[in-house]
Amino acid sequence: MNPRLKIKMCGSNVKVFYAQKEILHGIHLDIPENRVTALIGPSGCGKSTFLRCLNRMNDTIEGARVTGQILLDEEDIYDPSVDVVELRSRVGMVFQKPNPFPKSIYENVAYGPRIHGLAKSRVDLDEIIEQSLLKAGLFHEVKDRLHDAGTSLSGGQQQRLCIARAIAVRPEVILMDEPCSALDPIATARIEELIDDLRRNYTITIVTHSMQQAARVSQFTAMFHMGNLVEVGTTKTIFTSPGEQRTQDYITGRFG
Amino acid sequence: MSGPSVIFSVLLLGSGGFLVSCGWARIIEARGTRMHSRSHYYGWWTFLIVVIPSLVFFIFWSICTNLYLENKASSSCHTTAGDMAQSCSVLVKMAHDLAHKLVLDDHFRNSQEDHDAVLQNILGKRKILFSLDNKEHIVSIAIEWAQRIKKFHMIGTIITFVLAILSCFVGIFSVSPERRSRNRVECVTVFWLMLASSIVILITVGIVLSMLFQTISFFQSVSLANFFFGTVWDPRFSAVDSEEVVGQFGLIPLLAGTLYIAFIAMLFAIPVGLFSAIYLAEYTVPWLRGIIKPLLEILAGIPTIVYGFFALAVLGPFLHDLSIFLASGHAFIMAQSALTAGLVMGIMLVPFVSSLSDDIITAVPRSLRDGSFGLGATQSETIWRVILPAAFPGIVASLLLTASRAIGETMIVVLAAGVVARLTINPFEAMTTITVKIVNQLTGDFEFNSPQTLVAFALGMTLLVLTLLMNIVALYVVRKYREQYE
Repeated sequence: MNPRLKIKMCGSNVKVFYAQKEILHGIHLDIPENRVTALIGPSGCGKSTFLRCLNRMNDTIEGARVTGQILLDEEDIYDPSVDVVELRSRVGMVFQKPNPFPKSIYENVAYGPRIHGLAKSRVDLDEIIEQSLLKAGLFHEVKDRLHDAGTSLSGGQQQRLCIARAIAVRPEVILMDEPCSALDPIATARIEELIDDLRRNYTITIVTHSMQQAARVSQFTAMFHMGNLVEVGTTKTIFTSPGEQRTQDYITGRFG
Repeated sequence: MSGPSVIFSVLLLGSGGFLVSCGWARIIEARGTRMHSRSHYYGWWTFLIVVIPSLVFFIFWSICTNLYLENKASSSCHTTAGDMAQSCSVLVKMAHDLAHKLVLDDHFRNSQEDHDAVLQNILGKRKILFSLDNKEHIVSIAIEWAQRIKKFHMIGTIITFVLAILSCFVGIFSVSPERRSRNRVECVTVFWLMLASSIVILITVGIVLSMLFQTISFFQSVSLANFFFGTVWDPRFSAVDSEEVVGQFGLIPLLAGTLYIAFIAMLFAIPVGLFSAIYLAEYTVPWLRGIIKPLLEILAGIPTIVYGFFALAVLGPFLHDLSIFLASGHAFIMAQSALTAGLVMGIMLVPFVSSLSDDIITAVPRSLRDGSFGLGATQSETIWRVILPAAFPGIVASLLLTASRAIGETMIVVLAAGVVARLTINPFEAMTTITVKIVNQLTGDFEFNSPQTLVAFALGMTLLVLTLLMNIVALYVVRKYREQYE
């Protein structure tokens, strides 16, 4: 990996257990700053589980246990002194299925800034919301109906609303768990463009099932299989000359 | 042949038809022809066409002949009794009883003559005090009646059997590879299900109509304004004889008592129930939830009279003593008070609120929780700002359902709040509710068509409309806010 790149997050020997079953068998993975890192691999290989470790979303799952170390800017996020709530505001998350809250578009985006007290005044809040929607490429479509229900938007718009909602908290890292799997190709293309734009300000990690998507949006790719990290490298290397046979087989569609 | 044995025979015949058709279908199948339906469907089809038309006919026939004979008897009673028209209904009733006893008697069934002796014998045997001297014509009517019952029953039974046997043959002979018995049985099934649900609707309509007619006859003796705006409830139990005094039937004190007690109950039940629901749904570990939830549901199954007993024996005296202690000697809380009733009713309602709300809160999709946690919200922020707003319509609906229960509750009120209809805003005094007064009025020693009794129907109707309105509001709220969710 390019030594000039700053490493934003660094996982070492990350293991995850559900009940007594080991799901991830010691993952070592660096996430470089201001780059898009794609996690690929067949279903059930543990890539989403790893992603959820990065902002401790696994804590909300009954019986899940994480061991090992994950650093965010040199600080262990599993240290008992870490405030999970604050961590999640630094490492935002966009989910597979668009999940806007049953509130207006405005309130959806305002939710994060409100609970974290990011806006000093109403004007401030309006500004944050406009900026977030702009960055998510949604503002011009919804500026006249900010007070309509968030659920009244189309699937692609809802997903961009969720991205705007995540941006509004001013995170440093955005985790995306198959953000396009519920969307049509046109909406997918918009989200992919958006991811490329967002890379300048944020560090992005994306789980995807689509090889083409990984190739299009990411700079680095990590290949998972059966709870192991098979291979990691620049997206170009992984897709043109993978070092592992399993990676080769997966990206050419021989299994998975 | 008695009614039950006719029904049993028809069922037996149907079962026979089932077996024959089934077997016949199997034989055809064994010969190598491909049947449209599995063999048991042919059997079922035969069974259904044997049983349904003949039994429907038999029941219909029995009801109609009964009505016809009653009509006939009453007209012949009128011709013999002359202008003593009002006693005629009593005479017909007697003749009816006698006739039905005669029909059941073996001697009457076997012997065709000497009915009087038989009748005397029956009356003696059944220890019925009945002087035959004055009411000679009743006996003749009864005998005639009984003979007709026998005749009509015979005709009905014969037709029923003919119908059943014919259908049986039709069913058996229609077994053929092309016959779509499976689809036909399906149609009949749908019909039965439809019938079951329409019976529910019909019964509801019947209840409402019966109440409506009694209510109308009540309002013929008491004006609408006196009932709905009257502030005094005094139906005059003592002055039944005096024709001009009908008492005062003011709804207001009862309505106020009902709503007041329900309000106190909800004031207790909503916070306690809702908070326990939130705790159950969001914070408990599964094993603890597995204990608390069944416990709450057991609480919901306790008969309300037990709660009333608790109020009467424990909570009422306790509050009374507490008030003596607080006000140093002056008991400002009565032993029976709206407060006691409201609190105990609230305790009764807690499991309803918490169990319903818990189901609704758990039904909020996990994705919303994840979304909120992913933005760095704490658990309580997630609950108050995301989950409760999402669950809001369902919770409101469950609260209104619970409130309907509070309004309809009777036993707790009788024991805990008393039966005195008093218009007051002091929750420490005795009060009463609409339901309690309905029981009071219907169990009194009044003629059935006196306003003192009929008022119960007007009260019931008011209660019905009240709860209906609440349910309509609940439905409206759910419809209006549901779209935002999902």
